[in-house]
Amino acid sequence: MPSRRSLLTAAFFALLAVAAVVPMLIGQAKFPQWLEIVLGGLMSGVLYALVALGLVLIFKASGVFNFAQGAMVLFAALCLVRLMEKVPFVVALALTLAIMVALAWIVERVVLRPLVNQEGIVLFMATLGIAYFLDGFGQIVWGSDVYTLDVGMPKEPKILFEKTFEGGILVSTEDLLAALIAALLVASLAFFFQKTPTGRALRAVADDHQAAQSIGIPLNRIWVIVWSVAGLVALVGGIVWGSKLGVQFSLQQVALKALPVVILGGFTSIPGAIVGGLLIGLGEKLSEVYLGPLFGGGIENWFAYVLALVFLLFRPEGLFGERHIDRV
Amino acid sequence: MIYRETGQFKTTYASDVQLFPIVQDRVVVIAFLAFAFCVVPFVASDYLFRAILTPFLILSLAALGLNILVGYCGQLSLGTGGFMAVGAYAAYNLAVRMPDLNLIVVLVLAGLCSTVVGALFGIPSLRIKGFYLAVTTLAAQFFLDWLFARVGWFTNYSSSGSVAAPPLALFGWHVEGPVRKYLFVLSIVCVLALLAKNLTRGAIGRSWMAIRDMDVAAEVIGIRPLHAKLTAFAVSSFYVGLAGALWAFVYLGAWEPLAFDVNRSFELLFMVIIGGLGSILGSFLGAAFIVILPIALNRLPAALGIPLSTATVSEIELMVFGALIVFFLIAEPRGLARLWAIGKEKLRLWPFPH
Repeated sequence: MPSRRSLLTAAFFALLAVAAVVPMLIGQAKFPQWLEIVLGGLMSGVLYALVALGLVLIFKASGVFNFAQGAMVLFAALCLVRLMEKVPFVVALALTLAIMVALAWIVERVVLRPLVNQEGIVLFMATLGIAYFLDGFGQIVWGSDVYTLDVGMPKEPKILFEKTFEGGILVSTEDLLAALIAALLVASLAFFFQKTPTGRALRAVADDHQAAQSIGIPLNRIWVIVWSVAGLVALVGGIVWGSKLGVQFSLQQVALKALPVVILGGFTSIPGAIVGGLLIGLGEKLSEVYLGPLFGGGIENWFAYVLALVFLLFRPEGLFGERHIDRV
Repeated sequence: MIYRETGQFKTTYASDVQLFPIVQDRVVVIAFLAFAFCVVPFVASDYLFRAILTPFLILSLAALGLNILVGYCGQLSLGTGGFMAVGAYAAYNLAVRMPDLNLIVVLVLAGLCSTVVGALFGIPSLRIKGFYLAVTTLAAQFFLDWLFARVGWFTNYSSSGSVAAPPLALFGWHVEGPVRKYLFVLSIVCVLALLAKNLTRGAIGRSWMAIRDMDVAAEVIGIRPLHAKLTAFAVSSFYVGLAGALWAFVYLGAWEPLAFDVNRSFELLFMVIIGGLGSILGSFLGAAFIVILPIALNRLPAALGIPLSTATVSEIELMVFGALIVFFLIAEPRGLARLWAIGKEKLRLWPFPH
């Protein structure tokens, strides 16, 4: 017998699915167009998931809600794009990765270690401080112009299913490639978490800090590793977003886009970040195209948040988040 | 030596529950208020009023409101800027559509509009906790941003999206010029700070703090979470909305939705954290710190004779700001108000600290 909660959740998704199909049924859109929008939404959802992944990684392992993830994305992209002016791509990539690891080490040393055992809100504020610092630092060191990042991503769109539909479906190859990279990243992260000893240690820390420490897992080193992995995720996100939008200050805003993704999927779940990202991307695109004109446009800034908020009313811990049981 | 309560006996109930039980505290507070009301208007320069004192007072009012929600009731909110915008646009619409309304009435009604909106967005807090709640309050922020930028009715269909406050008058007394504006804001802030101090000491404040410390335990001992959380959202939004109306009318004069964007929310949260969560005094200290810091940072390189471009200065500002926040959190996570309390404690024991 399914519980009332899961029924409500199912009803919520059924409603979403119906809402997504409605424009086609009432004849506002043709099928290929609709499919194009859906695919576009799913792909931008993958990009959101990429940023959300970094947030989830850090939250899982250290209980820190890392607001600096967006700043890290910008910082990594800036490092890469400016280094590429001097050295070949592979060297620049390696250097940027080294910088991100160094950053993780510094953050652990300077910020996290003195703040051990503080409340969540204090740590959250500290990451806000890190975000401000990185924004300023990155721009002082690397400049604050708009840089184009060209890592050889194919730009021209592709037409699929030409035989099935008249005119086919227009798909951006860049997005397709980005989705592929994201899938690869998630798969390798899953492997890292499930199969390697370090991954096991990370999961142990995520489960229970004290228990992990008492069986001899060095918390500090684990944190450095987690922040480095988050830095790597930020770098991948920075490459993908940067080559799409250009490397500029507004790139750090993608973190704000990733927040509803994380709360929809649950703060503690990697699959949640992916599914949440896809849902948000899809909802955002469809609402922008079909609902936007009704409201006068520009609703993509808050639609994702409101979607997540409504969903949280049914499931306060998100889609795959851990259920929280209070004890007095 | 001087700061000591020895020999001050509480012989009536009234003296037992008074606001500042120690005579020296009362004297200091009264002297400080007298100084702010009677001396400052004559000595301070125009620049001081415009750039520091007035914004400081208004932002401390907003920080006070946020502190009620975050510090006293434990509900993290990132939508403060949006609620300030509600107050500002409500005040604008009231003043434009009903020009005969008294300024005080306009401000109070603007605060009440914000109260309603705040309580509405507070409803999810009954089910959602912690960071999930923080992110849902961002929904309020972005939705309200969009609403005021896109829906023409709120800006009276102004083509640029920017609106200007009408001339401010209170019973024929024109609130113009830096000194009058300062006095006007100061009076409002004093009244509301007194109100907040008493609210947080009373039954309702205690129920907020019980919810903050542990909501399930509070519910078990008979505090209604619905009532406590929604009143906290309502009272907090009233303060924030009123501060937004003052910020728009008295400080900015003419503004656009960008004045109340998400960065404003973060700024207010910084004030509350740096000043001290759950402290009325902390809201003022935090606001003072955040208002003065950028000005000081802007002036420092010039004073030292280092030529820097404005872009570099603003980037350095970001860096120093971030670093200082981290520093403060590490040095004293309970804020400036805590430092002040420690100082007072030391003074009371001095010169025999045992």
